[in-house]
Order: sequence, then C-alpha cells, then structure tokens
Amino acid sequence: MDKILEVKDLKVSFQVYGGEVQAVRGVSFDLFKGETLAVVGESGSGKSVLNQTVMKLIPMPPGKITGGQILFHGEDIVKKTDKEMEKIRGKEISMIFQDPMTSLNPTMKVGHQITEVLLKHQNMSSHQAKERAVELLRLVGIPMPEKRINQYPHEFSGGMRQRAMIAIALAANPSLLIADEPTTALDVTIQAQILELMKDLQKKMDTSIIFITHDLGVVANVADRVAVMYAGQIVEIGTVDEIFYDPRHPYTWGLLASMPSLDSSHEEELTAIPGTPPDLTHPPKGDAFAARNKYALAIDFEEEPPLFQVSETHFAKTWLLHPDAPKVEPPEAVKRRMRKLSSTFEKPILVKEGN
Amino acid sequence: MAEKLLEIKHLKQYFNIGRPNQVKAVDDVTFDIYKGETLGLVGESGCGKSTTGRTIIRLYDATGGQVLFNGEDVHGKKSKSELKKFNRKMQMIFQDPYASLNPRMTVADIIAEGIDIHGLAKGKKNRMERVYQLLETVGLNKEHANRYPHEFSGGQRQRIGIARALAVEPEFIIADEPISALDVSIQAQVVNLMKKLQREKGLTYLFIAHDLSMVKYISDRIGVMYFGKMVELAPADELYKNAMHPYTKSLLSAIPLPDPESERTRRRILYDPAAHHYEENEKVEMRELAPGHLVFCSEKEFEQYKTQYKK
Ligand SMILES: Nc1ncnc2c1ncn2[C@@H]1O[C@H](COP(=O)(O)OP(=O)(O)OP(=O)(O)O)[C@@H](O)[C@H]1O
Ligand SMILES: Nc1ncnc2c1ncn2[C@@H]1O[C@H](COP(=O)(O)OP(=O)(O)OP(=O)(O)O)[C@@H](O)[C@H]1O
Ligand code: SF4
Ligand SMILES: [Mg+2]
Ligand SMILES: [Mg+2]
Repeated sequence: MDKILEVKDLKVSFQVYGGEVQAVRGVSFDLFKGETLAVVGESGSGKSVLNQTVMKLIPMPPGKITGGQILFHGEDIVKKTDKEMEKIRGKEISMIFQDPMTSLNPTMKVGHQITEVLLKHQNMSSHQAKERAVELLRLVGIPMPEKRINQYPHEFSGGMRQRAMIAIALAANPSLLIADEPTTALDVTIQAQILELMKDLQKKMDTSIIFITHDLGVVANVADRVAVMYAGQIVEIGTVDEIFYDPRHPYTWGLLASMPSLDSSHEEELTAIPGTPPDLTHPPKGDAFAARNKYALAIDFEEEPPLFQVSETHFAKTWLLHPDAPKVEPPEAVKRRMRKLSSTFEKPILVKEGN
Repeated sequence: MAEKLLEIKHLKQYFNIGRPNQVKAVDDVTFDIYKGETLGLVGESGCGKSTTGRTIIRLYDATGGQVLFNGEDVHGKKSKSELKKFNRKMQMIFQDPYASLNPRMTVADIIAEGIDIHGLAKGKKNRMERVYQLLETVGLNKEHANRYPHEFSGGQRQRIGIARALAVEPEFIIADEPISALDVSIQAQVVNLMKKLQREKGLTYLFIAHDLSMVKYISDRIGVMYFGKMVELAPADELYKNAMHPYTKSLLSAIPLPDPESERTRRRILYDPAAHHYEENEKVEMRELAPGHLVFCSEKEFEQYKTQYKK
C-alpha cells in the first residue's frame, strides 16, 4: 500500500505565560492511501494540535514545530512556506474543524462559503459552483438547501453548521481529509448518514481520512486503524480489532471502561479515569500517565516506557509489556471484550527505548 | 407524584415570521419537569432542542405558550430585582464552548462573573477560593485560573463553562450538549459530577444530548423531538424497551456501539415522515400509551400502538 503521509518524531510547543506547553511530544505514524485512521484520547492530549500541524494551521507564534518531519507524498511539509501551503490546503488536504462557529465566516452566507472553495480549486463557473453547493448541502442532509444557501451561519443550528463545514471540506475532493470531531454535534441518524457519505467518498476517490473523535462507537464504525493519544504522545496504535478486542495500554483500558453501555444501571458510577491531565508545561518524569494509573510500577515514575510491538500492526508504549513486569489484569469491563487474535506475536518485541 | 418545577405549555418559537424563510423551531410543545429529576432531550439535529432550552431560560421571547417556574410565569413582566433572582436560579451550559466564553477575560473572571453580579463572595480571598474549588470540581486546576480561553482545548473550555454555571448555585440547569466536546473519560467524570451535585443540592436538569447511551444513563425521563414537535416522552428505560414512534425507533437503531464487529453488520431503520399518511383533519397529539409514556400520534395509530405495546 502507498503511504500518503509519514509523520516522524514530531514535536510541537506553545509559548504561554509561565512557560512552554509541549502539546505534541514526539509523535510518529504513517497513513496509507484510502485508509481511515481514528485518533482518540483525552481532551488536551494534542489531537487537534497534531492534526492542525499537518496542515500547518497552528498559530506560529505562539506555536512552534520544535522537531520532526511531516512527509506528505514524500515531501516535507514542515519546510514549506505559507504560500506553498495555501496551494495544498483546501485542495489536496481538507480539514473539518472541531469548532464550526469560529471556522465559518459569520458575515458570509453559507452558500457563498462553499462556492468560494469550488471557484478557487475546481475551475467551475459561478453557476456550476452554485449548483454544486446546493448538491453538497443536500448530500450532508440539510433540508431545502436552495433556501439554506442564502442564510448566515447563526441561522443554522449547531449540527447544521457542522454539516455546512463538512460540505465545504468535501467540496474540493481532497486526497487527505482531516476530520476533527466532525459528528459530535449531530444526532445519531444524521451522524450515520455522514459517516456513510464519508465512506462512500473514500471508496470512490481513495481518500485517506484522519478521524479525530472521542466517540468509541464511531471509531468502531469508521476506523481501519486507531491511534490512542495521551499527554502529547501516541501510547497505543493498532487495527480497530486490536484496539477494541486486545488493548494493551492501561490508558486505553481506562477509555474503554469509562463508557456507559446501553444496559448500565443508573446506580452504578461510571469508572472515570481518576485525576487530571498532566500539565504539559512541565511534563512529569517517567510515564506521564503513572500518577493516574493504578497499574503503575516503580519504574514508571522514573523512566519513560519504551515502545513495544505486539503484532505486525499493533504497538503500545507501556512498561507492562516488559518481560520483567508483573502480570496484571485489566478492568472487568475490558476483560469482557478481550479476544485472542491470530495476528499477535508470541512475545512483545521492544522497538524503541523511551527518551 | 413528584413536585413540578417547570411547566412548559404549548411553547412556540418561530423565526423570521412572515418571511419566506420562516422556521417553526419549536411548534407547540408541552411538558413538565419535576423537581430533582433529569429530563433528557434528544432528537434530530435542527429539530429545536437548543431553541426549546433557550426559550425556557428566556434568551428568546416565546412566540406563544407559557413557561411556569415554581408556578410563576417566566415570561410575565417582572421587576429588575425579580429578574436577577430568577436568572440566578436558572443557568445554562452551552453547546459551543468556543463561542460562549469571552476571549478577553481570564478563566477566573469568567467563572466569578456570576459570583460578582450576585454578590456571593465575601471578599477577594473568598472569591478566589471559590474559583479554585470550582476548577477542581470540574477537573481543572488552580494554575488554569489566570489563563485565557484560547489556551484551552475544547473539552477544557467546556469544563470552564460548567464551572461558570455552577458558580451561582442554581436550582435548574439547562445543559445543552455539555459533554459532546469531552472525551469519554472526562465525560464520565462530568456526568458523575453532575449526578453527585444533583444528589447533594437537589438540582434539576434539562439535559440535551446526542449520545444516547449517556442520555439513558443520566436521565430519569427522555423526550424525543422531531421537527419542532415532541414526538415521544417516557421514562428512560421504558423508552429504550418500548419505543413506539417510528422516529424514536430509527434513532435507537443508529446508536453506534463500541464493537467493530457489530458495527460491520449494523442495520439501520430509516424514518420517513410521509409514512404516517395523516389526513387533513386528523387530530395528531400526545397520547398516553402507558403511565408516563406519551406518543405523538393519531387516533388510528394510537390503537395500533396499543396492540404492539409490550408490558
Ligand atoms: N494556541 C494555544 N496556546 C497555548 N496552548 C495551546 C494552544 N492550542 C492548544 N494548546 C494546548 O495544547 C494542548 C493540546 O491541545 P489540543 O487542542 O490539541 O487537545 P485535543 O486533544 O484536541 O483536546 P480536545 O479533545 O479537548 O479537543 C492543550 O494542553 C492545550 O491547552
Ligand atoms: N437565531 C435564529 N434565526 C433563525 N433560525 C434559527 C435561529 N436559531 C435557530 N434557528 C433554526 O431553528 C431550528 C432549530 O434550531 P436549534 O438550534 O434549536 O436545533 P437543535 O435541535 O438544537 O439542533 P442541534 O442538535 O443541531 O444543535 C433550525 O432550523 C435552525 O435553523
Ligand atoms: S508505562 Fe507504567 S504508568 Fe505507563 S501505562 Fe504502562 S504501567 Fe502505566
Ligand atoms: Mg481537539
Ligand atoms: Mg442545539
């Protein structure tokens, strides 16, 4: 399979009052043509910053890429000028942002915001662009699109704004679509419709998709592979089956255990992961998750864990996979979903020492 | 029977009245909210959930109908001091954590705004103590107090909004997708927190959300809206067990589950509003199918639903 994107040891920081927030701390991953990679992880773990960096959309300053490479079709984006990026953005890479209200222009009619993209990147006449805009709004499930194109964003409901954003992102038929929580403001029926639409588009155009979400149901639905982020790092990555049926990192366990299922009772407390996310101006020594991890070992407070490989496609960064680590049992809710997968190696292989 | 905190009667909220783009965002909706309960509100995007919430809290003047809070008409004329008292009792947590926080205020000032307006703190020190405590309550820490909203992630901002609403110790909170922007582990924290606050302070919630497993978990009763109307209202478990309205069924069939295998074989039920075939003069209204279980339907449908209904 062709790699469309290779991110190598990427580091991103923000200068803030009182120090430097290390939002992305050495992230590496590949993205193949036509695949969907879901990115999950705690709020503040750097999912948005990571993906905005791929489009070079973080404000610089205060933001800064302090290390690493982002190869898009083999070319390093980190070195590109704003002008060169302009050409790539909206055409080859599109992004659906997490906050529709701040990324839609409040003073411009919704229809106009879509035709703008079409006129800029697609060589259409303004009449064609208008027709296509109506069609796109219809595709994302907005009723009476002929009328709606003449409205302003504040006249749309939250979910309709989000769908307008999706229409804009799809307008250019990008080869890489980065979708940051694209369906969180949508009800499940429209969500299902949008997910089907994205998959359809993907099949037709061989689009690669990075899908950021915290809805694990959506992840199970769309993802080929899943990356789990914690405190600016990818702590586990694998195929969707590997992450849901054979998770190895305690943070992934915590995520899977904190979801209510449709048959949870009202009396039961949800098992939230205790504590607060670490302050990334001073990332803790050792493993950033140690303080909140009941499975933490003495070494976790001293040394960053290495990266282990559990199958051809499955990697996790935790001391628990070390041959000398004690054997621990994941929480009940996780044990219930565990299965033995045929692709798993006999023993985890150490692939990279911690920093 | 539990005591009614709010009575919403024939509430209507139309936008752009008389113009071609008129929208009946809320179209004759009637329901009660009991003291100390959580009423979940779900439904299609754009069906009028936020508008219902905003009209209840009087961010909009209602086009028609009434909202009674403890028996008093919210939309009736009131003196300034009465309004102030009233505003403190009802708070809203907004859907969009980006647009609802003033970018030029520090987090401490955002949270303390209500405390200042209502004079709830004794001196500067006490004010900051409250702010710190609220930050901790919502899973942030002291160091965050002097930062500005743009320095936070989506989820962190939503928690600031929750702290702000809690600051004035309200009786009733309208939470408009308070957890949509949060990751699941923090969602669990916030939901556990909201439940705890409810137990301790007897809070009443109107909880608007899309995540149906979370709505089911937190709500005592759930209302389902479609196109400005309430189409079904029932106790939470009952709604999941015995959904009757075809829109509710369609909604339930679309809930994504965290299991790749079941997602690969998911079968959705589609809803077609034309399938009701309502006739010109047919009376379509909320009818009580079982105690507390109301469905918006015609007489004919009602008879059908009754035969389908399982105990
Ligand atoms: N412009 C900025 N200035 C300073 N800090 C920032 C800025 N943007 C992001 N950060 C910080 O970078 C970290 C990562 O933020 P990011 O928005 O990527 O989180 P996220 O994983 O997308 O979270 P969420 O799920 O809540 O959207 C956070 O600690 C955040 O406070
Ligand atoms: N200020 C406004 N002016 C004109 N129309 C509006 C306004 N606010 C809302 N609407 C319209 O009212 C309808 C209901 O919107 P509302 O925001 O209440 O939906 P919602 O159920 O909260 O949807 P979502 O789940 O997407 O947030 C929509 O058709 C919307 O376009
Ligand atoms: S390395 Fe240690 S602290 Fe980190 S996840 Fe593994 S066991 Fe927990
Ligand atoms: Mg984000
Ligand atoms: Mg809304």
